[in-house]
Amino acid sequence: MFKFILKRVLEAIPTMLILITVSFFLMRFAPGSPFSSERTLPPQVMENINAKYGLDKPVFEQYTTYLTNVIQGDLGPSFKYKDFTVNELVSAALPVSAKIGSVAFVFAVVFGVAVGTIAALRQNTWLDYSVMSTAMLGIVMPSFVLAPVLIYIFSINLGWFPAGGWLDGSIQYMVLPVLGMSMLYVATFARITRGSMIEVLNSNFIRTARSKGLSYSYIVLRHALKPAMLPVVSYMGPAFVGIITGSVVIETIFGLPGIGKLFVNAAFNRDYSLVMGVTILIGFLFIVFNAIVDILLAYVDPKIRY
Amino acid sequence: MLTNKQNLDALDKFSENLEIEGRSLWQDARIRFMRNKAAMVSLVILFLITLSVILVPMLSEFAFDDTDWYALHEAPSAVHLFGTDSLGRDLFVRTFIGGRISLMVGVLGALVAVVIGTVYGATSGFIGGKTDRAMMRILEILYSIPFMFLVIVLVTFFGRNIILIFVAIGAIAWLDMARIVRGQTLSLRGKEFIEAAHVSGVSKWNIIRRHIIPNVLGIVAVYSTLLVPSMILTESFLSFLGLGVQEPMTSWGALLQEGSQTMEVAIWQLGFPAAFMVITLFCFNYIGDGLRDALDPKDR
Amino acid sequence: MHFNKNLLTAALLAGSFLGASFSASAAVVPEGVKLAAKQELIRGNGTEVASLDPQKTEGVPESHVIRDLLEGLVNQDANGKTIPGVAQSWETLDNKTFTFHLRKNAKWSNGDPVTAHDFVYSFQRAVDPATASPYSWYLEMTTMVNADEIIAGKKDKSTLGVKAVDDYTFEVKLDSAVPYFVMMMGHTTVKPVHKATVEKYGDKWTKAENFVGNGAFVVNNWVVNERIELVPNKQYWDNSNTVLTKVTFLPIENQVAEMNRFLSGELDMTYEVPNEHFRRLKKEHSDSVAIKGNLCTYYYNFNTHKPPFNDVRVRKAVSYAIDRDVVSKILLGQGQKPAYFLTPEIISDFTPELPAYGKLTQKERNSKAKALLAEAGYNEANPLKFSLLYNTSENHKKLAVAIGSMWKKTLNIDVTLENQEWKTYLETKKLGNFEAARAGWCGDYNEPSTFTSLMEGSNTTGGIHYKSAAYDSLIKQAIETTSADEREKLYYAQEALLTEDMPIAPIYQYVTTRLVNPHVGGYAVNNAEDKLYSKDMYIIAK
Repeated sequence: MFKFILKRVLEAIPTMLILITVSFFLMRFAPGSPFSSERTLPPQVMENINAKYGLDKPVFEQYTTYLTNVIQGDLGPSFKYKDFTVNELVSAALPVSAKIGSVAFVFAVVFGVAVGTIAALRQNTWLDYSVMSTAMLGIVMPSFVLAPVLIYIFSINLGWFPAGGWLDGSIQYMVLPVLGMSMLYVATFARITRGSMIEVLNSNFIRTARSKGLSYSYIVLRHALKPAMLPVVSYMGPAFVGIITGSVVIETIFGLPGIGKLFVNAAFNRDYSLVMGVTILIGFLFIVFNAIVDILLAYVDPKIRY
Repeated sequence: MLTNKQNLDALDKFSENLEIEGRSLWQDARIRFMRNKAAMVSLVILFLITLSVILVPMLSEFAFDDTDWYALHEAPSAVHLFGTDSLGRDLFVRTFIGGRISLMVGVLGALVAVVIGTVYGATSGFIGGKTDRAMMRILEILYSIPFMFLVIVLVTFFGRNIILIFVAIGAIAWLDMARIVRGQTLSLRGKEFIEAAHVSGVSKWNIIRRHIIPNVLGIVAVYSTLLVPSMILTESFLSFLGLGVQEPMTSWGALLQEGSQTMEVAIWQLGFPAAFMVITLFCFNYIGDGLRDALDPKDR
Repeated sequence: MHFNKNLLTAALLAGSFLGASFSASAAVVPEGVKLAAKQELIRGNGTEVASLDPQKTEGVPESHVIRDLLEGLVNQDANGKTIPGVAQSWETLDNKTFTFHLRKNAKWSNGDPVTAHDFVYSFQRAVDPATASPYSWYLEMTTMVNADEIIAGKKDKSTLGVKAVDDYTFEVKLDSAVPYFVMMMGHTTVKPVHKATVEKYGDKWTKAENFVGNGAFVVNNWVVNERIELVPNKQYWDNSNTVLTKVTFLPIENQVAEMNRFLSGELDMTYEVPNEHFRRLKKEHSDSVAIKGNLCTYYYNFNTHKPPFNDVRVRKAVSYAIDRDVVSKILLGQGQKPAYFLTPEIISDFTPELPAYGKLTQKERNSKAKALLAEAGYNEANPLKFSLLYNTSENHKKLAVAIGSMWKKTLNIDVTLENQEWKTYLETKKLGNFEAARAGWCGDYNEPSTFTSLMEGSNTTGGIHYKSAAYDSLIKQAIETTSADEREKLYYAQEALLTEDMPIAPIYQYVTTRLVNPHVGGYAVNNAEDKLYSKDMYIIAK
């Protein structure tokens, strides 16, 4: 275990380095600069601004300076939100996304796996069809449709929950965003679980177990669930990071100060340092969660060796 | 004593048995798939939808870009079956024409995901060790690179181009798939029959091709049907960056996007494209399930 | 009691003014209006502010918040008239040297007096290359002595034409006569900042815990992408007339989301209204829909240096064929007016003239357009083809599709629409890689030159490539003349030349439509520049 973690940490260094390098230069290829605006600034004003943010230097020098700062944990000042540093912005937004994201993730996994398992056990019955059809709606209904519908019903008509905002992040502000965010993942987990569970239930060792006369629910819980979780676990890494960082639509509609919105605004504003900061964060999360997933995979199937 | 008829029956059965033994995995799968009613019905519906998105816009009395200042946001009627949008354009023809790009993007995106994702994931998981780790680290990098900039840069260098849409969508479509397939492969690698193949000298590539991939196809079929709607929606995000379809042409994703903004005013703008999306997705879903059942190597 | 005191204060103040005869603005609650117990206002504010530092910002949302936090030399009243701010009065003899007399009771939120030295510091800071202000050109536009050379780094900021004659007398010297200079001093860029605080905290001085301002409110809480909360500044000279106890600005970019939050009662005032919902809102929430004119023009500009738009006949034909009545009345329909000129009608002290083509019916315009296009060599066999660039937005898309369809129907033009996200769009326009492109402009101050100077050859704003020596000379004359009549004539001449050369096709004049809860009092519905001061607003009891 220790060796595994050590290996992963060592591998993370070149991974991050490549990620930073590729993203840094990719971003600079994109047209527009953080300071281009509708009124073209007089050249000397532009020069002053570029000088202040170090954009007057050759790109490669900017890159090495940036890298040196990142290693020291300094993500630099935001180019757009001039009163803040990237460290401040990211550390303010991450807890919000993490809070909503983890609730939505746990909800999606628990609910999705449960629904998928039930559907698999009652394969091709009305229960299977109705449960899976509902789940399918979660997939086909994009969050930009689902969120306004939720708001229309629960905020405007019923007045149960606020239509947006975060404040201190108390529960009433979380219900609708969590619902809006997790539906897609509930459905996805349900689909994957169902498919995988059916496969496992058809396999020889389950048949053997059944022929031994063990009770069906015992078999499912004791023998089938674990191997059936294999693809679910694989999908958990991307799903978790996606839920935390990729929920721009939900964050925009509900006015949540999270990472997704920060990132998209940064990209549209060409806020180079902020884009890099969030990219590094996303990369970091991916590395960590994929490592966790690999550990979980080994737990689900002890035969797995890396 | 066998009667003639019995004889014939027995002969039939015998030849049937012979045939079964001679069937390849794929023939087998096809026969099983054909027996799946839900999947076959879905296939027919999908075929009809495909046919109609091609033909209906050609036959309709309205053009997809015909504006009418005096029929803004008109509810469905005999003239405009699906109503009109904010510029008085007929939604019936727009919904069908929108299906062209969406179906193409959805299917091709999923296809790319299946091909690249499966091969990449299976290779990574089967070879394992350093190769696996390197391949997975590459995946992590691809996941984390700001996709938006990739799209913007692509558009800047190559201009707007329909092929680019597929390049952009293909670039992200296969990542999740690769992770899932790799997880399955890791588990399969430890199975006896793979080890047996290994011991008997089958080459690595052949093991991947003949044993690993068929065994992961079930989950691949399920997951790829999930990808179809997400690809269709990604296309509308690309439009936002100036890469997707351009107005006055449209797509289901774009129609949904517009509809979601006006559902209190003109619910038909959301309802009809959404209905088509739902039907299409259900079809893909049942086809996916049918494929899964048909491809399951354990289920022979 | 409260109301009487307000009126009394206003009357007293009015009597004490020397140069200006307006009353200082404050929340003047009309007689008979009962105030609600809870005086908290929640305003939608579009996007997240880039900064709260007046010398570092350029956007509209920033200005809305800063207007409540910092007070400049002058303010505006509900009708858009310039009224005293920190300067109680001002005078000038030649429109070149301006003397502002500051009020002696103006204080910073930490209790320090607001003096002429603060303005000297802040003005210098705005042009200081080290500040890198994106709006430093604004001071250059006023022709303030040495502003241009300081920005270019050729002179020290101390040489700027500003002087504290004494603690409460602030003097500004300009190179040319600028009669509307005082009006320009209402802008965000020329608001004062507290020197000691800025120097102590650097970029972090705007944080709630560090903030020192001289406006009616101070920052209390700021969560990026969620909210900015302001509370009254106890030290503000007119604080006794501030009614609100809390003002919250919410950055909500999605118009439908903003509308929904308004409808569920979480917002008192939206920033915008989604166009498609306007008619519904007007019907179902008519008492909440507030419409006012806005100092902005929407237009398409042509790349006059590239075919096909290097031919004035093509430009004219394409412009004539836009049915502006359909655009403004049917597609937008919130009170937008058709535009046949660059300067919107709402501008003060100037009424743009409707050009000849604006007086025709659309049918007549269309036939003229057809004739012009045929003259330029385009016909059935050789249809005109071009692409129209716009930045991604539902409204721009809608108009582009509509206008494209007008062109197709009347002139058989084959137009390709091309949308790009904002920064790419700016870059494309800057490089001149477009044929026709959407554009819009809002005045920085309420005077025609803020619009007409846009078309000057040296002005590359929005990538305009119209370079006309005749036009530039008209602009120059208008700046140099000292006669107001003469200047007005020159503005007419500028507009006439634009109609003649048609480097742009004006389309419509903006309005600002908001949802304003009827319980909000003091909303300045007639302020064309949308300068809303929260200190003028109050919440009425139900």
